Amino acid sequence: MGDEAGDWVTGRPGDGERSTQSPRPHQPAPHLHISPSPRLILFLITGGVLIYGVIYPNLHVVVSSLQRNHQWSLANYREAWSQSVVLESVLTSLAVSILTVLFCALAGVPLAFLFERYSFPARKLFAVLAALPLVLPPLVGTLAFIFLCGESGILARLVQSVFHLETPPWSLRGWTALLLFHTYTMYPFFYVLTGAGLRRIDAGLAEAGRSLGAGSVHVLLSVVLPQLTPSLVAAGLLTFMTSMASFSAPLLFGGGVRVLTLEIFAARQRGDLELALTETVILAAFSLGALIFFQRYEGTRKFAAAAMKGTGRRLKPITSGKARTTAVVGGVLFASLLVLPVATLVLVSFAQDGRWTTQTLPPAYTLANYARVLTEKDASEVFTNSLSMSAIAALAALVWSFCVVTLAMGKGSRGWKRLLSLLVLIPWALPGTVVAVALAEAYGKPSPLLGSYVLIGTFWILPVVYFLRFMPLVVRALQASMEQLDPALEEAAGSLGARWWQRFRRVTLPLVLPGAAAGTLLAFVIALGEYVASVLLFVPSNRPISIAVASELRDFNLGAAAAYGVVLIGIIAVSMIIAARFDRRRS
Amino acid sequence: MALLALKNVSKHFDSTPAVADVSLNVERGEFFGLLGPSGCGKTTTLRMIAGLEKPDSGTIEFDEKNITNLSPERRGFGMVFQNYALFPHLNVFENVAFGLRARHKPKAEIAGRVTSALELVQLPNYEKRRVDELSGGQQQRVAIARAIAIEPALLLFDEPLSNLDVALREETRGELRELVNRLGLTAVYVTHDQEEAFALCDRISVMMGGRLLQTGKPRELYEQPAQISVARFLGRNNLIRVLLLSSSKSALGEFKTLEGDHTLRLPIRHDESAPINKPYFIAIRPEHLLVSRSSERSGNVLPARVRELNFAGATSSIKLDANGLQLEALVLQPDGLAIGDSCFVSLPPERLLLLKDE
Repeated sequence: MGDEAGDWVTGRPGDGERSTQSPRPHQPAPHLHISPSPRLILFLITGGVLIYGVIYPNLHVVVSSLQRNHQWSLANYREAWSQSVVLESVLTSLAVSILTVLFCALAGVPLAFLFERYSFPARKLFAVLAALPLVLPPLVGTLAFIFLCGESGILARLVQSVFHLETPPWSLRGWTALLLFHTYTMYPFFYVLTGAGLRRIDAGLAEAGRSLGAGSVHVLLSVVLPQLTPSLVAAGLLTFMTSMASFSAPLLFGGGVRVLTLEIFAARQRGDLELALTETVILAAFSLGALIFFQRYEGTRKFAAAAMKGTGRRLKPITSGKARTTAVVGGVLFASLLVLPVATLVLVSFAQDGRWTTQTLPPAYTLANYARVLTEKDASEVFTNSLSMSAIAALAALVWSFCVVTLAMGKGSRGWKRLLSLLVLIPWALPGTVVAVALAEAYGKPSPLLGSYVLIGTFWILPVVYFLRFMPLVVRALQASMEQLDPALEEAAGSLGARWWQRFRRVTLPLVLPGAAAGTLLAFVIALGEYVASVLLFVPSNRPISIAVASELRDFNLGAAAAYGVVLIGIIAVSMIIAARFDRRRS
Repeated sequence: MALLALKNVSKHFDSTPAVADVSLNVERGEFFGLLGPSGCGKTTTLRMIAGLEKPDSGTIEFDEKNITNLSPERRGFGMVFQNYALFPHLNVFENVAFGLRARHKPKAEIAGRVTSALELVQLPNYEKRRVDELSGGQQQRVAIARAIAIEPALLLFDEPLSNLDVALREETRGELRELVNRLGLTAVYVTHDQEEAFALCDRISVMMGGRLLQTGKPRELYEQPAQISVARFLGRNNLIRVLLLSSSKSALGEFKTLEGDHTLRLPIRHDESAPINKPYFIAIRPEHLLVSRSSERSGNVLPARVRELNFAGATSSIKLDANGLQLEALVLQPDGLAIGDSCFVSLPPERLLLLKDE
């Protein structure tokens, strides 16, 4: 019909090729996007993954925690509550997390103001460095921290030799160590989100405030800060969730600080599965609570973005000589502070194991550690293992995120979409320990959902865990790209005669791929260094890098552990550079 | 038989009605306008014609076939979007070729059609350019070239000129009209700009609040608005509230103005006669008011005082107060009048239009 009519313009008869495309009359055609059958397939894939990966395992954990000998009972909770160690670990986790949020805010917010409001030499370099700890795998960061600040770390040795002390000047244990490390690794949440929030604020508003007679402090408190609140709350919640989930740091230098993740790990090691499950549910409840708050505040960020129009802000150059020097010196000090742990790791990776005893710096250097981790078969296969498992997980996440995002952006009620995005975010919000425990419980023995197939103990368990934990990153990256996409482009393609797969292949895909690829690479590098869930679920024949690092550390092969860490950081750095390229292409 | 026919088409978004019971016919070769203020449902109507929205009820027919549920890609209509919707990752050639590739045309034909489409919009040799290198006006032309390259059965425009500056808008307007005429295309054109609609369209439907108020040639709409809202929307109008005094069968009806207590006489058709003392509106365009210092003219001459004088280049607008009745006149020369001066304003009976109160 439309096709035939098109030809009266030129007076040409409809050519055969076109008429084969003309539809059967009165065939109900869909409204936009995709026709019903592909939509059904997307729905089945999305639903299947969410049921198997998110709903069933987590529900299973909750149900199991509410049962004793297949009878409904609160006995598990009563017992957990009666053990003072459980209550204590809950309170400890909360206290650690709240203090972490506080310290991270104190470090991250002023830094964001410094970098977003003032210009000084090498500002850009420092601004990038400041976000560095975000991509440092927690286990490797912990390792670097121990080498630098631990009681036999370089700093301690330095102080000891300078002041001729008999014993190490400090021990990197307990609250101070934990909070220091948490602040180092998590302040970037505040730094990055506050910076983004500051960029969004219309400079004209602050100027309007000034023109109405408010002083700069007054403007900061009454104009700027209220607009930053969503960013600050989001950063606080992210920090809180990450801190609640923190595992490697308390494990390696928590000392007497017994946090909940450690308790779950310990209970499982002891074989007290019921207690582990119950504690898992308690930990999950806190994380999900934070997630729901986080989602609510994400909505208000849109309000801030909608108000953005008008004047852009110019960076205030720091011109006075003294202030300039202070800023630069501060920047250099700060950058070295950030780089020092990684530099230490590199140094130790070249140290000869066994020769470094009392000296401040390792006395002898060698390539043996690298030779060992890169060439010895049982040592180097962990790279192949981690790379392949992370790649499988990241690519699966990429494909899957297209299903989810297409559904989430298509027709449907708002409530349904909110539920979908909440379900997708759950595995990301849950601590790795919780995800691992849930999968282990759900798929550790033959279950009706999987037939008689047992997932635990196979190669596939870790790729599945990586996929579940990090696919939300890909989904969010893709969704952000999709939301930036002008819907008129797809409509224009449709009006020009392109079917849904042509529209997808020729318009949507090329435009969102850079963003999606950046998200996929991020998921890939985070999966590469994953430790928390891996340690609970790995199969000895298929160890990931992080497990190798931990076992080298346990055997006091510090050099080898550091070498693993350096190679891992190298892979991550290369991936992040590629991701940044993609990101730039997107804009 | 009309080429495009909308029959009782309605569309709701959530619970707010966007388009209510719209019926219209577009003839083959016609340049048809949908004119209305923003939010009146004109774009939604256009999107339903394009297939981008599905009507809740009613049917859309094209060439005597029901296309209500046909997906946009199967309609073969070309559409020019308000923001142009050029594909940012494709160059000019690939943008224009997009619809032809979707139809799997042979390479040589695609190249030929793209070249001639770009020549038609006066952008020859722009094939290799990136679309973000082009100016707004050039992007606009690429969007038009892309829509006409598929030899559309119907060409749809969604406020295509609203992002251009005034001078470019008027220039493009002329070229657009000429292009559509030359290709013998049928077009539906959505705009909120009355001047643009008048300049481009053979026929126009005025839409307000989701409803079609009146359809007609530009001059008809301007001179014979069927309703007060149309009279208000299309250009400036003096709207005078009146009561019918006499319902004699004589040619002239007698009305009393509610403000100023004047008596106005104008010819009424018999079917317009209505109960006495029912409020009516009398409309007269500002350019039809005659203002002078003396009362020598006959018919509907009211004494008035000059309240405001606005010089606007070729014309001047005079705001008048005739014993409480506020009027606006558009004159070429203000005739030496100054604010506060007394004068006489004449409302020629043949220019007065009787409108029912809504």
